[in-house]
Amino acid sequence: MAYPASMEESKRKVEDTRPRRLEKGPCARISEAEREDLVSKFHPDYRKEQFRELRLGPNKGCPAPLEIADVLEGNSRIDPDKVDIENIDYDVDVLIIGCGGAGGSAALLAEENGASVLIASKLRLGDANTIGAQAGTQGCDRANDSPIMHYLDIVGGGHFTNNPELAEALAKDSPDAIRWLESLGVNWDKEPDNSYHELSGGGASRRRMHSCRDYTGLEEMRVIRDEIRQRNWHGKKIDWLEFEPAIELLMDDKGQVAGAILMNLETKRMTIVRAKAVIMATGGLGRTHIQGFPTTNHYGATADGLVLAYRVGCRLVDIDTMQYHPTGAAFPPQVLGLLVTEKVRTLGAEIVNCDGEQFIHPLEARDTESSAEIRECKERGKGVATLTGEVGCWLDSPMIEIKRGEGTIRRELPAMVRQFSRFNIDITKEPMLVYPTLHYQNGGIMIRADASTPVPGLFAAGECEGGVHGRNRLIGNSTLDLFVFGRRAGRAAAKWVKEVKPGKLTLEHVRKWQRELKEAGLESMPVSPMLLPNYANQEKPVPGFQPLGQVSGYTPFGDRAVRWI
Amino acid sequence: MAETRVEEKAEKKIRMLDIYIMGKHYEAPEGLTIQTALEHCGYNIVRGCGCRAGFCGACGTIYSFTHDPTISYALACQKEIEQNMVILQMPFFPSTEALYNLEDLEPKEGENKLLELYPDLLTCFGCNNCTKTCPQDLLVMDFVSDALRGDYEKVYEKSFDCVLCGLCAARCPQGIQPYNIALVARRLRGSYLTPAPQHNLDRVKEIEEGKFNAELEALKKSDEAELRRRYAEREIEPAL
Repeated sequence: MAYPASMEESKRKVEDTRPRRLEKGPCARISEAEREDLVSKFHPDYRKEQFRELRLGPNKGCPAPLEIADVLEGNSRIDPDKVDIENIDYDVDVLIIGCGGAGGSAALLAEENGASVLIASKLRLGDANTIGAQAGTQGCDRANDSPIMHYLDIVGGGHFTNNPELAEALAKDSPDAIRWLESLGVNWDKEPDNSYHELSGGGASRRRMHSCRDYTGLEEMRVIRDEIRQRNWHGKKIDWLEFEPAIELLMDDKGQVAGAILMNLETKRMTIVRAKAVIMATGGLGRTHIQGFPTTNHYGATADGLVLAYRVGCRLVDIDTMQYHPTGAAFPPQVLGLLVTEKVRTLGAEIVNCDGEQFIHPLEARDTESSAEIRECKERGKGVATLTGEVGCWLDSPMIEIKRGEGTIRRELPAMVRQFSRFNIDITKEPMLVYPTLHYQNGGIMIRADASTPVPGLFAAGECEGGVHGRNRLIGNSTLDLFVFGRRAGRAAAKWVKEVKPGKLTLEHVRKWQRELKEAGLESMPVSPMLLPNYANQEKPVPGFQPLGQVSGYTPFGDRAVRWI
Repeated sequence: MAETRVEEKAEKKIRMLDIYIMGKHYEAPEGLTIQTALEHCGYNIVRGCGCRAGFCGACGTIYSFTHDPTISYALACQKEIEQNMVILQMPFFPSTEALYNLEDLEPKEGENKLLELYPDLLTCFGCNNCTKTCPQDLLVMDFVSDALRGDYEKVYEKSFDCVLCGLCAARCPQGIQPYNIALVARRLRGSYLTPAPQHNLDRVKEIEEGKFNAELEALKKSDEAELRRRYAEREIEPAL
């Protein structure tokens, strides 16, 4: 047992209340009015001082989180007058920026539809939030389910702010996305009769979450990545560059997006890619650490796609709303903020306070669940403090074994068992301490149902686009979004390249952006896209040295991790 | 007991540990992972860092100790530093995956597709280095021998939690690539041996035929009050 004595007392209370909780069942769900009251009082999205109005660009006057406003209003990394864009390194039909689930499936579909494809990945092929997605992918394919039910859950979960066309696409394409992934070799969990083993999830009215143990995203990503490689080795027109993020889009003199400038992170050289279509699939922004929250996101989740699309004139939707996952690890400090999958609650774990009492139904939508935890800890003082000064609630996983039989946790949640056992916590016998963690950007680049943006030649898919989920996304709909809009983007881009008449390449949009920055008095803003967070200890740097990533106040090894030792 | 250990530390000053990053000496506070220790020492990592949560296999790391040359393996994001640890990150290993086209690879009775693609499987002499290497504690050599027998199901079972860090292949004296072999086995199982269930195919067909189109169109046009009513009234299926 690795919990310090100060937490043990509370842990015992959790054990003591188990028989009573088992008898009474989960506490009642709250009404829509109660939910809205709770969220508006306690959700981080409602802390006005953490937002500011954007001072230029398509969303001028709209609120954005401070950290996102900083990157959106950033300076270009290039001087347009010093780049020879005619010196082209790659000339392709479709350039895909980012290679998680969305970029990967877009690449496969674009290739299948006749386009030549180049993928530019900031880290390795497949290094993305997709791979850390654990719980599952929704697909409305059981007899008592339908796209109608799925649609209602999506828009209700999103507080009725979703783009109806996008929500419809998400629901309608979901069974086929599941089928497609299986045809590529994804191993969905199944029942003995070969039907899918489907679980419920927060805010879902039907059991429709397909999973692969708790390694769902890993399974999806390794299959898609392998398929991309295999097609490349078979001489198909699909290729990739690793460690080469895009630092600016290229346009042509007809106002069409026409490629990108990439930067080799290791050699710092530029690569000029001309493309008839560009698909933005850069994922999320957790590594900007909005409001100082820890994050579940992978190392490269720094909002790059938002920045690049914004500079060519794309409007962003719902960019002032983030998803804080209700169960980020609050202990031990080595895994602070890392994801504890919602599947733990789906399987029957309850969230309880320091007295072992429930205060919210375990399967409310995520914003509701997170707000309730914040209220419990900050207002009611019923949280559990750790030695590093974090506070959290208990996620009582042993209830799963009690409700579903011994061995369920090891079978359904091997990743979580492994993760915590590395720090001497046995989640089959002990609860986990959790607190909301920055998980997902609900909004993003505005798209249409075919994943095209209003800027010709630019498409967007996955976490970097917005409107699908409105102001709150449900479990299992993010990985679904990747495959639904990734595939739609791949198809639509391949179609576009057959019709488009390319013009002459230009960086005029960058010049214009720099002019507007100057006019707004913002010429001293940091450069963006951020590319990587810079967690390196900044003690005694060589004067004038420009580090690669953006240095922020957040350090994964700083006060938080060290204070307890 | 572990809990008293932690409490004692809380009262003590931070203990600095000596670590050796590629042989070069640094000090870092106890309690950090290898990954955060690198950052604490001033490294701005580009290669060798992905999900930072034990899922992506980007941060495979080899380590030993100044007083103990035994080689050990870990994911840098998941392993705490220890006194006198000597660290080498291995973010890439040159292994060559076999070429295949999934569509042409339907497993047939009496054939072992894995052996056809990876004849090196036959050269395994059971040294078990792969199993000892695996940072996920998988029984790698066991699933290598399952692959040799063409038992896709067992390979799937035993290899499922593989994060493809490639450390097993790096340590194999015969150049076998257990992680790539298992990947093909799992893909074959997923695509051929466990076909899509009928309830899914039926729903796909219903959607293609437009069964839900009219109702969805109506829903999309509903005003918020109507949507709220339907949302509140929808029946919620109990969790399994």
